[in-house]
Order: sequence, then C-alpha cells, then structure tokens
Amino acid sequence: MALTGIEIYKHLPKTNCKACGFPTCLAFAMKLAQKGAELSACPDVSEEAKQALDAASRPPIRLVSIGGNGKKIEVGNEVVMFRHEKTFYHAPGFVVRIKDSDPAEAISKRVKEVTNYKVERVGMELNLDGFAIDNVSANEAAFLKAVEVVSSQSTLPLVLMSQDPAVMEAALKKTASAKPLIYAAKEDNAQVMAELARKYQCPLAVYGPGGLDQLAGVVEEVTNTGVEDVVLDPGARGFAESVTTLTQLRRLALKKNFRLLGYPIITFPGEGVTSVEEEALMAGQQVAKYGGIIVLDHLEPAMVYPLLTLRMGLYTDPQKPIQVSSAVYPIGEPKATSPLLVTTNFSLTYFSVAGEIESGGFPSWLLVVDTEGLSVLTAWAAGKFDAEKIAKAVNAQNAVEHIEHRSLVIPGNVAVLRGELEEELSGWKIVVGPRDAVDIGSFLRQNWKVN
Amino acid sequence: MPQVEVPQEKWTGKVREVTLGGNGRKSVVVGGETTLPFLRFEGSIPHRPLIAVEIQDREPRDWPLNLKAAWGDVLKDPGAWARKAMEAGADLIALYLKSAHPEEENTGAAEAQATVGKVLSAVDIPLIVLGPEVADKDNEVLVAVADVARGEHIALGFCVEKNYRTITAACIANNHVAVAKTPIEINLAKQLNVLISDVGLSSDSIIMDPTTGALGYGLEYTYSVMERLRLAGLQGDGMTAMPMFCTVGQEAWRQKEAKVAEGVPEAWGDNQLRGLIWEELTASSLIMAGADIVVLRHPRSVEVMRATIDKLMG
Ligand code: B12
Ligand code: SF4
Repeated sequence: MALTGIEIYKHLPKTNCKACGFPTCLAFAMKLAQKGAELSACPDVSEEAKQALDAASRPPIRLVSIGGNGKKIEVGNEVVMFRHEKTFYHAPGFVVRIKDSDPAEAISKRVKEVTNYKVERVGMELNLDGFAIDNVSANEAAFLKAVEVVSSQSTLPLVLMSQDPAVMEAALKKTASAKPLIYAAKEDNAQVMAELARKYQCPLAVYGPGGLDQLAGVVEEVTNTGVEDVVLDPGARGFAESVTTLTQLRRLALKKNFRLLGYPIITFPGEGVTSVEEEALMAGQQVAKYGGIIVLDHLEPAMVYPLLTLRMGLYTDPQKPIQVSSAVYPIGEPKATSPLLVTTNFSLTYFSVAGEIESGGFPSWLLVVDTEGLSVLTAWAAGKFDAEKIAKAVNAQNAVEHIEHRSLVIPGNVAVLRGELEEELSGWKIVVGPRDAVDIGSFLRQNWKVN
Repeated sequence: MPQVEVPQEKWTGKVREVTLGGNGRKSVVVGGETTLPFLRFEGSIPHRPLIAVEIQDREPRDWPLNLKAAWGDVLKDPGAWARKAMEAGADLIALYLKSAHPEEENTGAAEAQATVGKVLSAVDIPLIVLGPEVADKDNEVLVAVADVARGEHIALGFCVEKNYRTITAACIANNHVAVAKTPIEINLAKQLNVLISDVGLSSDSIIMDPTTGALGYGLEYTYSVMERLRLAGLQGDGMTAMPMFCTVGQEAWRQKEAKVAEGVPEAWGDNQLRGLIWEELTASSLIMAGADIVVLRHPRSVEVMRATIDKLMG
C-alpha cells in the first residue's frame, strides 16, 4: 500500500536543506507520495530510511516473471479485488502439464500441440503459455529426458515440478537460462529449494497445504535466505476451497499489505475433477478468482478456446471497450459493384461481422460507425447508432468513392432505422440484413443484385 | 510460524429470500446469503443456487441439432419436455411462451393458459413463465397465466420498465413472484425494484434479471454488474438485494461458437463439447458473481452444473 506524504516525511532527514530541489523535506515527501519524485534526489537519506520506504512502495502483490528465452509469463501486481474497481492487469498464464512418465513421442506430440495452438478472437491471437513438467516417475533420468524433449522444441516458459532437490538441480543445470518456476519448496525442504532458486536465479513456488500460517512460514523461510520471486500454492484443490483460500490471499495482500503472502498463485484445476468440463469450470473460476498460473491437465481445444475467451473478457479494462476506428474497410477483395454494409466500432461486433463476410465468400465493403465501442443494440439504445449518425458516417468516410451503386445493408437488429435512413440518405436503397452475422454470407448470396 | 489473520468483511445486508412453489407442489427457496458467493468464512449461504431448465411452448426453431437431439421427441410437447427436464435434474422449469410473439404464431391468452396448465400438471416442481418480451403481448399472456396458476406461486417475467405495472398487479392479485429485467445497469435494476415495490408487491417476491451476456459476448459486463449489485445488497441496500436470475442457455446457444460445427477453425475443437462448455462456463462464471438461478438448455449442462454446485456448497 502506498505511503502518505506524512508517513514518508517521518523517514526524511528533516533539515530542509533543499538539495532535492524542493523547499522543504515535507514538500519533497508530498511529491514522493504522488510518485512525482525519486527518493535518490535526497543525498542525506539514511540507509535504514531507504529500506523502509522501498519496502513500503513495493506493490502489495509482487510481479513475478517466468521464462527467459522467448515468451514470458508475468503475473502478480494486481491492485483490486473486483475488476469493476479498476481492472485486472496481468492475465493468468495457462500452462499444460507434461508427465515425465509418458513416452517421449507422446510428450513431443503434446509439446507441438501446445506450441502450435493459436486461435483468433476479436483480431487478437490467443495462445497457451507454457509447460509444467511433472516428475511423477520420481526418476532423474526420466525427468531430464522430458525436460529435454520439451525445451528442444519450445521456448515457452516452464514450471519444473519435482519433490527431489537433486533431480531439480539436475534439471536446472540445463534450463536455468530459461528461468523456469521451481515447484516447490515445502516445510521439509525449504532451505535446499531456496538455495537452488538463488543459485540459478529462478522464481520459486511454495507449497503449504496446511493452512495459511504454514504457507506464510515457508515463504518467510525462503525469503529470509534472499529469494525474492515467489509463487504460492496453498494446496486448495476443490471448488469451494479454491475460491475461499484465493480470496483470503488476495485480501491479505491488498487490505493488510501482508508481505509474506503478497505473491501470485499457482493452481491445478485438473486435480480431483472427474471430467474435462469440470476442469474447464474450475480453471474458469480461477481466472475470475485470483489464479496466476493455471496448470491444465486436459488439452482439449474445445476447453482451451472457451477458457482463453473468458480470460480475455475478464481481463479487459471495464472502462474501455476494445474498439476499431471508423472507416470503410475492404473485406476480401471488393469491387465497385460489391455490397456496402454498416456496423459499429465495438471490436467484437466489427470482427464478428468482418469474419462472417470473409468466410461467407462474398467480398464487401464494411462501413464502421464510431459508437464509442458499443455493440449494435447497445449503441442504438444509447442513441449512438441512429439514422443521423449512420448517414453522417457514410458522408464523412466518403463511402461513395468505393462503390458505384447506392445501396446500404444495415443489421437486422436495427431494421427500424430503415425508413429514417432512406430519408437521411436520399437516393439510397436501405437493405435490412440478417440479425446474426453468421447469416450474412447466405443472405448476400441470395439477395445481392448489383444495381 | 507467522500468525495470519484473514481480514473479514462485516456485511450488514442479506440477500432476500424468495420462495416459489408450495401448496402441494415442491417448494424452493433462493437467496438468503449473508456473504459473497461461497465465502462461508464470513457469512452463511442457506440455499444453493438453482438450475431452471428452459422449455418452450413449441418446438424450438433456432436450436442447433445436437441440442435438439439431446431432448428428442419431447420438444413438441411442453408437458413431456417439462417432465424430462425434471428427470434430468431441474430444480425449476422456465417455460418460454415463444409462440405468443406477434411475429411468430401470435397466440393469445387461451393458448398460454392451456400450455401452463399442461406443464403444471406434468411436474411437481415450481414454474417460471416468460413471455415473448414484447410489452403488450407480455401483458396479455402473463396476466392470463397469473390467473390460471393462482395458488401455484410461480414466477412471471419479464417485468420491465414498460410494463411493470400490469405484471406486478397480476403477481399481487394471484400471489406470484415477479422477474424484473433491466439491461446491465445497477441503477436501473435498483430503480425497477423500487417501482415494483411501490406498486405493492412484497420485496420478497421479486427476482432480478440483470441481463445475461454469453461467454465472449458481453459476459464480463454482466459479471461485473452482478458483483456490484451483490456488494450493494450485502452493504445493506435492500433494493439491490434481490436474488439474481440469468438466462444462460438462451444466450450461450445463440452464439456461433455453440452452434456451428463446420467451417470453423480447428482450434475451436469438438463442436459438441464446445457448445456444452460455452453454456457451462457462462453459467459457472455468473454463479461466481452471485447468480441464484441459472436457466440452462442442455441436459448434460444440467448434470455438470449440479455436480459443480454441490462442490461449491461443500
Ligand atoms: C454487453 C452489453 C452492454 C454493455 C456494452 C457492451 C458494448 N461494448 O457494447 C453495457 C453494460 C455497457 C451496456 C449498456 C447499455 N445497454 Co446493453 N447489452 C449488452 C448485451 C448483454 C450484449 C451486447 C453485445 O456485446 N453483443 C455482442 C455483439 C457482437 O452483438 P452486436 O453488436 O449486436 O452484433 C451482432 C449482430 O447485430 C450482427 N451484426 C452486427 N453488425 C452487423 C451489420 C450487418 C450489416 C448485419 C447484417 C449484421 C450485423 O452480428 C453480430 C453477431 O451476430 C445485450 C443483451 C444481449 N444479451 O445481447 C444488451 C443490450 C444490447 N443493451 C441494451 C440497453 C438498453 C443498454 C443501455 C441503454 C442500458 C442503459 N439505459 O444504461 C446501455 C447503453 C450504453 C450506454 N448508455 O452507455 C438492450 C438494447 C434493447 C434494445 N432492443 O434496444 C440489450 C439488448 C439488453 C436488453 N435486452 O434490454 N450493454
Ligand atoms: S534533500 Fe533531503 S534533507 Fe534536503 S530538503 Fe530535500 S528531503 Fe530534506
């Protein structure tokens, strides 16, 4: 939690020497509180004060980064309990578990599936984020083999899971530059695991299933040795336990500034569920309720795509819908005789429509009206997608320079606008299209005649 | 060992308890929570979230084939459909009077009463009846339904800004519950609850529908408005403390992701499973935001959500 100017002032030399460029220490403190100055501008601040102020200015949940060579997973540094209070910043990473007891070909296949998985939504490419390699065999050679199969084919971030510090160290020797997450330090091995984390400069997960006191105790032990990047596993596996425990952890960090538990959380939604769907729902719950790294056991595209969609939704800024700019967009390779359709600038709306025109195989012009990021009916209800606004956009974007006809297709949901639009745009024919974008292709094939 | 003391919220409010059914029929109670969803360490959750299964008064026209196949022949007969829904695990039946829509069959009061009569005699679980969402038509059919279902303590929807007076009056006259619907806005939701209460319906006979956006189609807006409504209710604002109702199935199964099997990216995965997860993930996310009743379409989703709710209730 940020300190107030007065709290900061208590730590300053109080000599008002002005070397910092401010008339008084208090003025400097006030500026510091607003993040408008750097503490280093004061030459006389004591080492002790520096540490105290430094600690206090740290975010309540530490930002932890996993991965070194390619893509990184960065999680933590959240500032609110509910997304409407501001926004959620660092979307959880989805990593897929690889068991070292599986045959190398199976591992290799899975690695390819994860690395190649990509899906487009609202103009953005969504992907999976990494691997958790699990030493279920409890055998060093098998673990090293699995680590090698994975890292020879992929640069995605890794979680290394083994109970055995010797096995862990052998794997770290090969992968340290990729900054894998070490999973995990527990009550009985905290010292050795912490030493590995320091030696190889990797983040360390702490497993404490025996309550938050125990978890905090292990965190204290490893951070006392100098480990800074910690990820928590409170061991809560069930639906009710997960939401309860993860909420408590976030509350402690945000409301009490409880340092020992101010770290991102790793979850295992696949442990203890009975179906793919249940794993999806558990992972979904953890996207909403405070998961940081989510380890998936099933790798079913029909489960991954909904989860990526949910993550994207809950992690968009609630104050700012994603928008595209107002313009006439060519979809496919439209000609002067191709249809002209109109829609809103809400990204989701635009991409739904553009995608359907494209897959419908009927190249068209798509006029986007600036509705401040609202969907068709929302914008219509808010008076931002009415006949006047549409007509204005037709003129402002000079739609007629692209087409030789004078025909405009409007969304079926706003069929009521037709009459008024024909008045606003004299000489134009207004055509009511289907309600759902999915039907645009067949609609155009059946109805479009060049006029 | 460090001592960890978890901060506790001291809520002063409580979600209202609403009862449906009774009088020979099974009865259910929703609401009553004094804490955020499933956070039992600082309050109680006396009643589990309930699952209503959507049925329609005529065979659905825009449902994907696999969803229709899951129900089979009963789709043509609301009574048989309701019974099968009950067997599939429904706590409630949500009957949509689709045929009353002016652009469909434009059926009237008599047909609505007949369908409701059939469904009521086919099952012994409580009923929710939803009109075609055209204010005048809703008035016509829902008033008639309220009358014929007197004593059954059903829920009637939707009560919206345009027609709340008529529907509310019908609820008062026949001792039913109103489902108040507003478009994803906390102040509008509160205002409508106030208006309905002012007409004279007990505040414990109102359920609110904040309007559902499906996964990928506005879910996060619904989610946040519901969290805000629930927080306001727990903070003591009684006019936002109504149990929440979400039309999940209708929204989820309308989306391309749930509907379309062919010509979609391979990364979307198996169509059947994707459709189910689309519905279930929408439902479970909204339950995490405070939904007290979710209306579902697919029998498999009913099964999965029942199991999930069991686990959430611990
Ligand atoms: C999410 C949402 C919101 C979000 C905004 C999201 C956004 N960025 O637009 C918020 C919460 C802010 C919101 C606010 C409001 N909303 Co609102 N909202 C919704 C909701 C749940 C989903 C909308 C959505 O995102 N749809 C997805 C997009 C992709 O759909 P779409 O733009 O319509 O596009 C589809 C089709 O139209 C078609 N299409 C699009 N373009 C074209 C073009 C052509 C040529 C063709 C052929 C087809 C086509 O293809 C797309 C895919 O099929 C709907 C209800 C629902 N379940 O649908 C209500 C809804 C749209 N909202 C409604 C209302 C009334 C409002 C408010 C006015 C409420 C208020 N008084 O505050 C405000 C207005 C905004 C404001 N004042 O700032 C009403 C509109 C009622 C009506 N029939 O007029 C709805 C229908 C809810 C309801 N049943 O009452 N809303
Ligand atoms: S330089 Fe340091 S001691 Fe001098 S006025 Fe600024 S804050 Fe105070």
